[in-house]
Amino acid sequence: MTITHAAELKSRKALRQSRAVKLNLMRVLFIVCLLSAWELASGRLIPEFFISRPSRIFTTLVEWTLNGDLFFHAGITASEAFLGYVIGSACGMFVGTLLGRSRFLAELLDPFVTAFYSLPKVALAPVFILWLGIGFGMKVVLTAAIVFFLVFLNTYTGVRNVSRELEAILRLMGARERHVLFKVVLPSAITWVFAGLRISAPYALIGAIVGEMMASNRGLGFLLTRSQGQFDTGGVFAALFAIMLLALLLNTAVRYAEIKAMPWKTAESDREMTI
Amino acid sequence: MQKAEDSTLAGAATKAPLIEFRGVGKTFWTDEKEVEAVRRIDLVARGGEFISLIGPSGCGKSTLLNMTAGLFHPTVGDVLYDGHKVTGFNLKTGYMTQNDHLLPWRTVVGNLSVPLEIQGLPRAQIRERVDDLINLVGLKGFEKSYPSQLSGGMRKRAALARLLAYNPDTLLLDEPFAALDAQLRLKMQIELLSICRRLNKTIIFVTHDLDEAAALSDRIAIFGSRPGTIIKIIASPLPRDRDLLRLRHDQDYVQLTAELWDMLTPGLASTRGEAA
Repeated sequence: MTITHAAELKSRKALRQSRAVKLNLMRVLFIVCLLSAWELASGRLIPEFFISRPSRIFTTLVEWTLNGDLFFHAGITASEAFLGYVIGSACGMFVGTLLGRSRFLAELLDPFVTAFYSLPKVALAPVFILWLGIGFGMKVVLTAAIVFFLVFLNTYTGVRNVSRELEAILRLMGARERHVLFKVVLPSAITWVFAGLRISAPYALIGAIVGEMMASNRGLGFLLTRSQGQFDTGGVFAALFAIMLLALLLNTAVRYAEIKAMPWKTAESDREMTI
Repeated sequence: MQKAEDSTLAGAATKAPLIEFRGVGKTFWTDEKEVEAVRRIDLVARGGEFISLIGPSGCGKSTLLNMTAGLFHPTVGDVLYDGHKVTGFNLKTGYMTQNDHLLPWRTVVGNLSVPLEIQGLPRAQIRERVDDLINLVGLKGFEKSYPSQLSGGMRKRAALARLLAYNPDTLLLDEPFAALDAQLRLKMQIELLSICRRLNKTIIFVTHDLDEAAALSDRIAIFGSRPGTIIKIIASPLPRDRDLLRLRHDQDYVQLTAELWDMLTPGLASTRGEAA
């Protein structure tokens, strides 16, 4: 009986694996078809000037990789985005926790926060250029400003949503504010904080890229505008591809950190569902 | 009537009043309704006493526990603890609510450590104490489990162990054993009674299990509902050093249980009458 049971488990596992293989094969097929259609359509159905062609984009990427352009510019964009992301989210978490715990401060600042939140942060770029020039710092600050609000609002909501019962239970144990903060409030808000971090990861790149496009002579955003200025459509697409890879990398990093920071979430999602 | 100075085992519960409800009433206001949870409650618990509150659901038993813990305060009357009016969180009490309120982001060991960490005990001592408690409530092998991975009964046991970890003078227990199987419940009841006798804990115990109330209590307060009032307080004829395992054969116990059932079933008969 146990043998048939084990056999069944094994066959089910094999089934799942073969399904995954099939799915991946189909994905590869899909992208190959798409790229071939693009390659064939380019210059025949649609002028190459508008859509370039995959082989051309690939050559450009190889060229940029070989002459070091890609890593130089991607490295600069990545450091701007990363630094801005870290600074913005750290400030967002701090202010969010502070306002979440202090009803008075929250009520006092509410209209100002809402007003600033409604402002498109990208519109602040000229101000930062005036203050900081067109260098590295301006992109970092622009990114931080964008990320700050997203993380701040999520942290604030998370801190506000902390179970009052849990807090009371700890207070009865003699907990002081710092105990409540570190044992209940922050662990409980961390789900929200990570939601904010996940949403704002792509926005971090918006800050860096837009900053570079407005005023810069380095970074992927600069590469983008330079290619566009030279009517190099292949270059534009190659830069976009590089930006996409960077965004994926940042997303994966945040997801990994999320799993590491909240082991109990994995435990919750791994267990069998019961009602 | 025994003398107040009596320091024998039997007299342990005849000390000065520890918890006093004096003409307590509590009304809650929701958006459009006001609900009177309890009215004119007069009840005194002496140090070391085990008092059970029984009665129909929604008759304000938990309200009394909440006011003793100082989570909220009476609308009329006073709640006194050790002679002082309860005004804020009452740190002399430990409260085990109907929900276990374990921290979902901490394992069993982590949850039991919380009160000890707050007290600032050194790590090794915490570890040792937590190990003892895990053995006591039978959670061996689940030290590293998160609350979401435990069954309802196991969560209750973890919550009880956490309560015992910080050793408050008064235990407020709101149906602590409801989710346990019969054997484990008996084991926990024996353990609770022995702990409270040994360490002279005062216990206010809410239960829907009349047998349990009869078995454990020194006195039993029977509630009527809407608004919650105390109909009657019955003093247990059982000795304080009772043997829970043999209780089933005890004539006093059988009689007490019967009396409790009789007190509460008229309500049952009247609801049946309404339905007809």
